[in-house]
Formats: sequence, C-alpha cells, structure tokens
Amino acid sequence: MAVSPAEPPAAELVGVSKRFGPVVANDGIDLAIAKGEIHAVVGENGAGKSTLMSILYGLHRPDAGHVARNGARIRLRSPADAISHGLGMVHQHFRLFPELTVAENVVIGAEPTRGGVLDLAAARREVERLGDLYGLRADPDARIDGLPVGIRQRVEILKALYRRAEVLILDEPTAVLTPGEATRLFDVLRTVTATGASVVLVTHKLTEVLAAGDRVTVLRRGRVTGRFDTATTTADELVMAMIGRSLGPATPRRATRPPADGPYALEVRDLRVRDRDGVPRLDGVSFGVRPGEIVGIAGVAGSGQRELLDTVTGLRGPGRGDSGEVLLSGAPVRRGRHPAVAYVPEDRRGRATSPGMSLAENLIMGDQRTPALRGRLGLSASAVRERARTLTERFSIRAASVSDPISSLSGGNAQKAVLARELSRGTPVIVVEEPTQGVDVGAQEQIHALIADARDQGQAVLLQSSELTELRALADRVLVMFEGRVVAEITGEEAGDERLGAAMTGATTGGASGTTTGGTSGAAS
Amino acid sequence: MNIFEATFFAAVLTATAPVVLAALGGLLSSVSGVFNMALEGQLLWGAFTAVVFSYLTGSAWLGVLGGVLATVLYSAILSVSAVTFRADPVVVAVGMNLLALGLTAFLMRQVFGVGGTYTSPDLRGLPTLADLGLDVPVLGSQSPLVPVTLALVVAVALWLKRTRAGLRLRGIGQHADAAESLGLRVGVYRHGVVLAAGALCGLAGAQLALGNVTLFSEGMSAGRGWVAVVAVMLGGSRPYRVLLACLLFGAAEAFGFRLQGAGLPQQAADAAPYVITLLALVVAGAAGRRRQTVEAR
Repeated sequence: MAVSPAEPPAAELVGVSKRFGPVVANDGIDLAIAKGEIHAVVGENGAGKSTLMSILYGLHRPDAGHVARNGARIRLRSPADAISHGLGMVHQHFRLFPELTVAENVVIGAEPTRGGVLDLAAARREVERLGDLYGLRADPDARIDGLPVGIRQRVEILKALYRRAEVLILDEPTAVLTPGEATRLFDVLRTVTATGASVVLVTHKLTEVLAAGDRVTVLRRGRVTGRFDTATTTADELVMAMIGRSLGPATPRRATRPPADGPYALEVRDLRVRDRDGVPRLDGVSFGVRPGEIVGIAGVAGSGQRELLDTVTGLRGPGRGDSGEVLLSGAPVRRGRHPAVAYVPEDRRGRATSPGMSLAENLIMGDQRTPALRGRLGLSASAVRERARTLTERFSIRAASVSDPISSLSGGNAQKAVLARELSRGTPVIVVEEPTQGVDVGAQEQIHALIADARDQGQAVLLQSSELTELRALADRVLVMFEGRVVAEITGEEAGDERLGAAMTGATTGGASGTTTGGTSGAAS
Repeated sequence: MNIFEATFFAAVLTATAPVVLAALGGLLSSVSGVFNMALEGQLLWGAFTAVVFSYLTGSAWLGVLGGVLATVLYSAILSVSAVTFRADPVVVAVGMNLLALGLTAFLMRQVFGVGGTYTSPDLRGLPTLADLGLDVPVLGSQSPLVPVTLALVVAVALWLKRTRAGLRLRGIGQHADAAESLGLRVGVYRHGVVLAAGALCGLAGAQLALGNVTLFSEGMSAGRGWVAVVAVMLGGSRPYRVLLACLLFGAAEAFGFRLQGAGLPQQAADAAPYVITLLALVVAGAAGRRRQTVEAR
C-alpha cells in the first residue's frame, strides 16, 4: 500500500519508556502508524508489545515520551480519552457485556436517544449499516453470551468503528479464530484501511504479518529491534529481530515411520459421550496411537477435544448414555487417572501446576509415594530437591531456585517443568495439550524437541494444538475433529492450512492417506 | 371459608409492599454489581426513623420523608465502604444489619423511654386510600405507598430497559472494567444505586411502621429484608420476577394468618412464609446450578 511520507502519521509513539518496578517494559520506543496502513507489531511474550499498546490506548501512562495523533501531541489519561481521540482497541480477551445484545454492546456509552429514551431502533440500524459497510454482519438483537467467538470479535470491531476509530488496535486477534475466519478478518481490516483508517496488528504469528501487514515493527526486551516492509522482508529476518538469532533446524522428523500395522499403545474405540444435558459431545470416535508416533488433534474449540482428552486421561468418568472404550496396550481402562498415561494439560495454572507451591514440589507431584523420594517421616526434603535439580538441569528449566514458587517462572519455563515431570515418568502414553501456548519462540523450539524426544524413546504421543504449524511440524498424522467426530485424518506432510482449515469447519473429509472416519460424506479433496 | 376474597388480596398486598420496596433496592444494587445484603438492617432503620420523625413532627408524611432521608444516610455506610474503599459488601452488610438491630433498640429507649413496642395515639400513621376518598376495592384499605410501590416496579423495569442510564447500569454490573474503559463512571452509578436502595428501604420501613400498623417494635422487620434479598436472587435483574417472588412470600404470610384464624397454631402460621422462602431458594439454587453448567460449556 502506498504511504505518503509527507503526511504526519495517524498515530505515533515518540520515545516511550515505561517500567514496572525493576522491569523495563518499554525503553525509548518510537513507532509511527501511517494513515491507511496495517502496521504489525511483533515480538515474543514479554517483549513489551502489550505495554506499548496499553500506552497507546490510555491504559498506562508512559514514564517518558508521548503519544501523537496526526502530528499533534495528545495526552491520554484513560481509554475514554483514547476513544475520543479516535483510537479503538480490540482486546484479546473481549470486553463485551455478556447479557446485553449486540446493538446494546455497540452503542453503550454513546447511545442514540430520542426524547430521553434509548433509541434501540437507531442502534440496530447503525449496527446493520456498519456491518454492510465493512463486511461485519451480526444480528443486532442477539445476546452476546449466545454468540461464537468469531462473531463476538466482530462486535468488538463494530464497537470501535461506531465510535469512529481511525486507528484500530487489535491484540492477537487470530488467537481465537479458525484459519478461514482469520482470512475473513484480514479482508475486513483491508476494508477498514481502504476508508483511510489505520490498523495496528499485534501478533506473534509471522505468517500473518507477512500476509496481512504493510509494515512491521519488531520488539525485543522493550526496544525496537527492526522495522521492515512486509513486501521486502522474510520470516527469517523477522525471527532474527525477534529473538536475536535464527531458529535452529526444524524439529527433527523421524527418518523412519513407525510400523503402520503395529499394536496400538493407546486405542479409542467408538467413544460416545453426552454432556449433562444429554447433548452428544463425542459421536463415535475411534483411533489408535502406536508407540513412537505422534498423533495430532485439531479442530475449532468445542468440537469435542476437551471431552476426548478428558476421557483418555481418565479425568472424565463414563456418564449416563456414554459408550465406547479406551484401551492401553490392548487392555480396557475405565475410570480415574491411569499410571500409564502422562498428561500435560492446557490449563497450566489450574491443572498442570499448583501455582503457590515450589518448583521442586511441582516437579515431583504425583511421584510422592516413590520410595526413592521418601525419608524416615514422609517425603525427604533433600531427595526432593535433588530430584528437582536433576530435572531442571536435564530439561534446562531456568529458575533462581527450585524452592521458588512455580508461579514465579516464565510461561516457557513453567511449561518445561510440567513436561519434565510428565516425560520423565517414561509412561507408554503421553497426552499433551497446547504445549506452547503463551510460550516464547525460543522455548517453543525446546518444547518441540522434548516432545520429539519422547516420540523417539518409543512413547505414544497424543498432541492437541490449535497451532496448525505445531501440528504440521510434530505430528505423524493429524485427526481433525468437528462436532464430536473425527472428520479427517491427514498425514503431517499433507497438513496444509487450507486442508486443515476446511476440515475444521466440517467442509471436507478424508485425505490422501486414506482413512476417513465419521459421518460427513464427500470426496477427498 | 373462602380465602380468595378481597380482604385476602388486601392482606397479601399489605404483607408484600415493604418487601417489594426493599427488593427493588436490592435489585438495583445487584444490577450494578454490588451485592446488597443490608436490606434487613436498612428496613428496620427506616421503620424506626419514620416513627421517630412522625412522632416529632406530628405528620405521617414528614415521618415518611424523615425515614427515607435517614435511611439514605444509613446506606452511605455501604456505599462508602464497598464502593469507595472496596470493602467486601457482604461483611459490611452483616455489620449494618447487626448495628440497626442494636441501635434502634437503644435509641428507642432514649427517644420514647420504653423497650419492646412503642405506640401512642399521638403517633400519626399513614391514611388509607379510602380516607383520601379513593375507596376502590382491595386497594382502598391500603396506604398510598402501596400503589406507589407497584408503580415503582414498573418504573424501575422501564428505566433499566429503556433509558441510557439503565443500559449503562446493566453494563457496569456485567463487566465493570469494560464499562470503565468506555468512559462510564462506574463509581458514580454504584454510589447512586446503593443510596437509592437506601431510599427504597426507608420507604419500605415507613410503610411497615406507619402503613401496615402504627407502631415501632424491636426487630419489627422480622426477616422481611432477608426475604427481599432472596427475591432478588430468585428474580435476578428482572423487576417483574422479583415482584412475583415477593408476592409468593406475601401470599404465604396472608395465608398463614388465615390458617391461624382456622385454628392452626400461631407459630406454624408465622413460620409459613419463611418455609416457603427456603423452599424457593432450594429450587432456584438447583435451577441456577443447572444454568451455570450449561453456560460453562
């Protein structure tokens, strides 16, 4: 997109610094958003993106530096100030009122009235007008809590546009979207910039940056480490600026495939599960994972992954009307956590760790009855610490001390600790959910290598992830779930975004690898 | 005996009106995101101060006004501590309920020189509608505050649904941070509704002590404020449902009186409305849990 250099930037951050206690979040950052561009801001977790955007949106005040709009310095004391200056923000965690309608959510705070009474008809018309204009259709009378996340995001964007935002900030907008929805979102953003408004896109997905952005600013440790035009840059260059080095070779793929007809370490047969209201959540799921194989699970959130994984790990017992079996090495299991299944949950603070307890305690959790860890009276503190030190070294977990609470660790290190605990058990089966969510790029690499190691040790890995690149890099096969069924099985090499994305919305089934499970009909594409 | 005659409905309205007024206050607070459990104490305080002001001025209407203002003042304890200083509203409310009980009993001895129950021919009660020349069936025997109560239910419902401030209040209760970031003044709205709840409880107290009867006795709110809290829990943010829940309670109380007349022991009749409240809570609690699990999916 052509950007006239003579025009003052639509929004500008000049020499912005911000510290929280000893932590310098932003250190003299300059960022200029030109009129009509999509400007991506990328960086690892903790690079300072969120703080910078909070300053631009009036949530934080900078210690030094200032914000300008169209060349004129402005003072932002609150988001309300930012809104009145034509800035709009779509937060990663939506800020909608769940029990109000779409129209009410859009207009609240700037409501049209007629004779002192709310003019909801005018609000409805406005929602429809903006929806038509930008391709953001949403039923104005629908209540938010009944809407899928994709639509809720539209409402957030409508809210900003209704307030005449000329600079629209989106924080990790595609984290909750399917690939198809993400593409549609970028179309919308193009429509927005075509009207002369600007978009700031905060993300860590480099493919999106290159596909949708005009220019990119890269942050690392609170400073700008690179500015690029997407037309002339590459993903490698961006990674270099983000983490200060290039990524190592891609996760080592096994040279040899696991035997295609060997016995399953984990097998699921015709699993049918209903929730409390009798709605089917799993509708005849069957598959197997062989030793030394990684099987991926993909699907839009709520397609039955939760119920499947909870059943496999034994966290969910069979309810009324449920049927089917889970077999470990050919033997059926029924209820409760099984010692042969290691589990890395998605919910790191709720399920995977006990945040208030120390790193050492978290590392041995579940092994507390092991004789090697016991002293005369219960657990031996020294044996526990010793075990913890061994694990932190082997899995390169960075922590000041194993006695520190695990909640003081970074996301990546906490996740490595969970993996260390679960993988070191050497169980035949391991279930891994979202292993790199909220983890920076450097740690992602290490975590992928650890999972690949487990596979090479002959463990059967069931990997659920919403990051398709992750599934592509690690999984031998990807099972795509839709409405409680496995609608496609795609081998790792063939798992292109479009293939996976289409299957995730239930659009197609099957694949060249042959196996089509589940009910949707249709030829392999 | 035919229980469904005009006097029965009149008795239901008499029993219901104070509860409805207090519950409307609780509803407004809860819509704004402040759990107002201090209705019982405010109701009692309102009843006492209304009687005091009626006694001092010799006018029932000035008694009502005094009771309302004094209770707004009393509700400022909740609004200042829970909204300004972010104290736990439940803890504050427990304190306010206990304080009202002790303070009214103490002040009663100071002002009237008696304990237990105070009544006097000098104490002016509210006129009935019939006294004012409006001898309509059922309502005729009621104080003018009863039709005012019903009108207030409709007014609150319309205000919440159809006005700018009502919409904003609902938003504030559902996601205060989001409301704040849209420039809405969360604190101002919350102070406003907690004080308004005080005014409504003052009105409820005045109706109880000057409308239903013309006397003050220690602890005369007798759990009506708690029933109002329950009605808010049952009816949520919907004024008509809250009214319905209050009517259930009022009907139980009136029905209890009838049964008493028919020879049922007084204790059983007195207990009836509270038993019904308890049952309603259990049923609503179970339904609420089911709703939550559906939403959690």
